[in-house]
Amino acid sequence: MAVDDVLYREEILDHYHASAYRGRIEKPDLSYEADNPFCGDRVRLELKLEPAGRIQHVRFNGQGCAISQAAASMLAEHIEGKSVEDARQFSPDQMLQLLGVRLSATRIKCGLLAWRALQYAIRGNPQAESAA
Amino acid sequence: MRIAVRAESAQRERPRFDPETLRGDFPPLCHELRSGVPLVYLDNAATSLKPRAVIEAVQQYYAEYPANVHRGLHALSERATEAYESARETVANWIGAADPAEVVFTRGATEAVNVVARSWGRRFLRGGDEVVATVLEHHSNFVPWLMLAEEHGVVLRLAELTDDGRLDLDSFEEQLSPRTRLVTITGMSNVLGTVPPLEQIVRRSHEAGAVVLIDAAQSVPHEPPDVRALDADFVAFSGHKMCGPTGIGVLCAKREHLEAMPPLFGGGNMVLRVEQTRADWNEVPWKFEAGTPPIAEAIGLGAAVDYLKQFDASALQRHERALTRYAHERLGGIKGLRLLGPQPTDKGPIVSFTVDGLHPHDLAQLVDREGVAVRAGHHCAMPLHERLGIAASARASFYLYNTLEEVDRLAEAIGKAKSIFRLG
Repeated sequence: MAVDDVLYREEILDHYHASAYRGRIEKPDLSYEADNPFCGDRVRLELKLEPAGRIQHVRFNGQGCAISQAAASMLAEHIEGKSVEDARQFSPDQMLQLLGVRLSATRIKCGLLAWRALQYAIRGNPQAESAA
Repeated sequence: MRIAVRAESAQRERPRFDPETLRGDFPPLCHELRSGVPLVYLDNAATSLKPRAVIEAVQQYYAEYPANVHRGLHALSERATEAYESARETVANWIGAADPAEVVFTRGATEAVNVVARSWGRRFLRGGDEVVATVLEHHSNFVPWLMLAEEHGVVLRLAELTDDGRLDLDSFEEQLSPRTRLVTITGMSNVLGTVPPLEQIVRRSHEAGAVVLIDAAQSVPHEPPDVRALDADFVAFSGHKMCGPTGIGVLCAKREHLEAMPPLFGGGNMVLRVEQTRADWNEVPWKFEAGTPPIAEAIGLGAAVDYLKQFDASALQRHERALTRYAHERLGGIKGLRLLGPQPTDKGPIVSFTVDGLHPHDLAQLVDREGVAVRAGHHCAMPLHERLGIAASARASFYLYNTLEEVDRLAEAIGKAKSIFRLG
């Protein structure tokens, strides 16, 4: 019970209900839409870069459970202003730490959906490329 | 049939069904899930709880006669063989099969459908032949046909739904053509609870020259079919949704089909004689049961049938319908909650819904805090969710041990989840 209480704590719900980072970027330099067909969660992450390789703006949009959407908002907040290299180095463990909740095995995918979108936006999705 | 003898008195004193008298048979219902929180198990369409009689039958096999079946000449093996084959008879009698040989044990309904697709389908279907299914199908009665479409050029056609989630019979008729070789259809939608008019479907399919497969995984637990009266060619179902163990299911098929179909798996028991270059297949049903079968699970399934047989089927259905009707009433009164599918009179005890602003996964996790087990997601029916225009739904599904009070607990838990999510 305690875990759940933390799971839907105020910060998560704030990010879920009214994120300053929800939206679109006109001509993003990097973007990727990740989805989790098992629960229908979808997160699109868009990044605008400065010439020096710094992340100027991040926006996300999509739909899904509170965890997936709040994670996207918190990730956007976290990487804005950082270098692309920092974002590339950002690990799944760090993402889960940022969320600050303990997720059950079935919910970890929700918590890491935005992180996956970020990694694919930066590195490209090898699967998608080989399929295309 | 039981009732026909005393139809008059039965009408006056319709057998009452009281779930309280049988809840003690199911161990998870006998103690609290967490301190102060009793379990409200509403995930029966995924799998049912198991009564002690089933657990004990499985345990008894392992404790007293855990031998392999067939060809064993020692006492334990003979007892195991007898118990395994007697479970087949129990199942055959329960569903009105003409002969126990028409009951093939499989790992579950999914395997049973795959046996039809892989054995009957690959033998008798050619490129351009058509298989008709419906948008309601579970992936288990959808993907095997997609695979056949990919490999053999078989064409899969889907009958549509009406807007209130019933099967659109006009659309079904439109799918039938001289090329239709198989009609495969659910006996009850695992999401909407929709119950298609099977007698009519079977009759129309046969008139069109097609063979019929019923995916009865959801319907059998609530209403055992009379397979002979229904006249379906194949009926597939699982044990674990009807109080039985996991890992056991049934493909009930007309003998003529089983005789004509090639075996799917090769191995021990499915052969009579093996020479260095050839083999003779065993008789049905063993031709389809290669290797050591799920012995304990089959015996457990027999025990599940014996357990369910003690209840009057129509009284059980009235009880489940009352639960469904009450759930529609209680949940229907919750602001922002949308019930999916037909009215309670047109469906089985499955109630799926969405709540505005509350993703089904969040909802399921929050009501779990109150001890309420529901399922959330696409319920292995993605084409149906696509048709409904939603990514996921939450689902409460009822069985014999559920009570009206548990419906109240569900409604209250949804209310709490909404308030945590700041929804009015």
